[in-house]
Amino acid sequence: MRLAKFIEYLRNRLPLVIKLSLAVLALLIVADAIPAIVHKEHHAHTALEKLPGFWSVFGFIGCVLIILVSKWYGHAGIMKQEDYYDE
Amino acid sequence: MNSFWLHPSLILILGALLLPLVPRPAKKGWLLLIPILAFVRVLFMTHGTFGQVDFLDWQLLFGRVDRLSQVFGHIMTLMCILGSLYGMHVKEDAQHVAAWVYVAGSLGAIYAGDFITLFLFWELMAFSSVFLVWFRRRKESLAAGYRYLLVHVFGGLALLAGMVLHCRAAGSWAFVQLDVAHPTPAIWLIMIGFILNAAVPPLHAWLPDAYGEGTFNGSVFLCAFTTKTAVYALCRGLAGMEILVVLGVIMALYGVVYAVLENDCRRLLAYHIISQVGYMVAGVGLGTQLAINGACAHAFAHILYKGLLFMGCGAVLHMTGESRFTELGGLWRKMPWAFVFTLIGGLSISAFPLFSGFVSKSMIVQAGFEEHKLWVGFLLMLASAGTFLHTGLKVPYFIWFGKNQPRKEIWDRAAEAPWNMNLAMAIASFLCVFIGCYTPYLYQMLPHPVDYHPYTSYHISETLQVLLFTALGFFLLIKKLTPEPVISLDMDWFYRMGGRAFRWVASKPVQGLDTAVGEIYRVVGLAGLSGLARVAGVFDNKAIDGFVDGLARLIRSFGGGLRLAQRGQMQENLAFAFAFAAVMIVAFVFLVNR
Repeated sequence: MRLAKFIEYLRNRLPLVIKLSLAVLALLIVADAIPAIVHKEHHAHTALEKLPGFWSVFGFIGCVLIILVSKWYGHAGIMKQEDYYDE
Repeated sequence: MNSFWLHPSLILILGALLLPLVPRPAKKGWLLLIPILAFVRVLFMTHGTFGQVDFLDWQLLFGRVDRLSQVFGHIMTLMCILGSLYGMHVKEDAQHVAAWVYVAGSLGAIYAGDFITLFLFWELMAFSSVFLVWFRRRKESLAAGYRYLLVHVFGGLALLAGMVLHCRAAGSWAFVQLDVAHPTPAIWLIMIGFILNAAVPPLHAWLPDAYGEGTFNGSVFLCAFTTKTAVYALCRGLAGMEILVVLGVIMALYGVVYAVLENDCRRLLAYHIISQVGYMVAGVGLGTQLAINGACAHAFAHILYKGLLFMGCGAVLHMTGESRFTELGGLWRKMPWAFVFTLIGGLSISAFPLFSGFVSKSMIVQAGFEEHKLWVGFLLMLASAGTFLHTGLKVPYFIWFGKNQPRKEIWDRAAEAPWNMNLAMAIASFLCVFIGCYTPYLYQMLPHPVDYHPYTSYHISETLQVLLFTALGFFLLIKKLTPEPVISLDMDWFYRMGGRAFRWVASKPVQGLDTAVGEIYRVVGLAGLSGLARVAGVFDNKAIDGFVDGLARLIRSFGGGLRLAQRGQMQENLAFAFAFAAVMIVAFVFLVNR
């Protein structure tokens, strides 16, 4: 099965894959800061969005908030044992 | 209209009725042929109104074909082909019959030109789809199916009551855009009927409840038709209703929160239907041409990628018998193709560039920004981050990777799905990428002319940043996200526990109150205020005791009756009662109208 082999190939080189992914993240912010690559004038709706990397910060903080708030909500009494509804 | 007009629903219903008669060797061909015929029929329908039937005093209009109904008819029949292909190896005819009648109900509602026809097919959808849950034949599926049916009967009654009130006032049964700027009680009731089927909180709990319990292929059908038919009805009747914007944004975030907590992969996907339909409902509420186009485009794209995701998780359930993250893990060695297809579905729902969600979801977000509703735009972007977090990352990671090692019997059972399931997933994957890459296919079908270009450098940069930094957050906080073997309480708690609470109220507090009231009055009487005490005593004996005793007796007897009824088929009786009420209302209106 070639596909499984390919996944194994990547898994065996995990540190390299992680480094490449981080490089992509850095490149995204750099590209966002260069007006010749990303035109912001006509598309940004607010002044905040013109800051380089605004959406990176938005995505990261949003993700962390979603996880923390949801888990807090779940542990506040919403999550129950699987047999909760069994009589 | 004299000439016969072939309704695509008719093809499916006839095909379903004849299915048991088709000889076994030809069965698989039949299962492909009928949905393809329905799809081709939809493709070649010309615009106009057809199939007008005079029934008693009413004019029923079965075929209103225009741009809005065509885009939904196109995707519904296309999904019917994929769903039938996916479940082609299922031997039980009744499952296919239920699925096709369900699709026929959806198509009938979409092409309906008047409220009566709409209602007829609306109910057909509810009563046929419940079998897709029951056929899983677990004890839980039976109960979940009954709950699903009861909730939908309630929604149907709200819709019916609204229809009746509206049509009495308007003097016409035509299903057209309602006056949403001045909502009457009739419009509110119609809205409740529609948004219940669209699973808008707090009327949404039926969706994860039933879709998580459906058969492996039944849920592939379920996830497409009910909610998106409701989106169609909202587009048709309630475009521009302000409150839908608020409800849609709440929905989009509500589904995300519950998806974090969910341990069952199909229930997680179900919560993301709520989240995604939230975008569409918000789009309908915005009501501009761009927003309505966005709602339709997103419904179109959503049906394909959500179907694909349910197929991927359904394949895991079908092959391993498990759908809980805590019981799965590391399946990439066993089911790598199911992983790739599910990942494509995940990238599409997350709106990655080159995938279908990218060209549809952004229309709605853009419409929000253009209407200067910044909070809509930003909150929907936040929900996008949550979508990728769960469907793009959590689902593939905890099923196909993760630290968890499944039990030996699950591991041994796991293997690639049968060819027809993989083929259905491959076609759906192709369509997801095709829609994302070649935008005219979808954009030319939309109800309004499209002047929107998704592939601008800003939009690509914005999307990639949000999504990839969400991924960073995911891998940094992965310990927090490890699934827990629990269930999460939702609004269904109220009706699941309602019966029990009622029994408890009847047996404990009401009797307690009775005793306490008696005690207080006796003490007050002994205190020596004889005149007042006499009056109080009389009042106590005659009025309060009598009232409280009577109330307690009433509630206890009602509780007892309910308890007895629960042992029997209370759900069935209720369904009959509701159906009877529906018939009575129609009959009443009909007689009054004469």
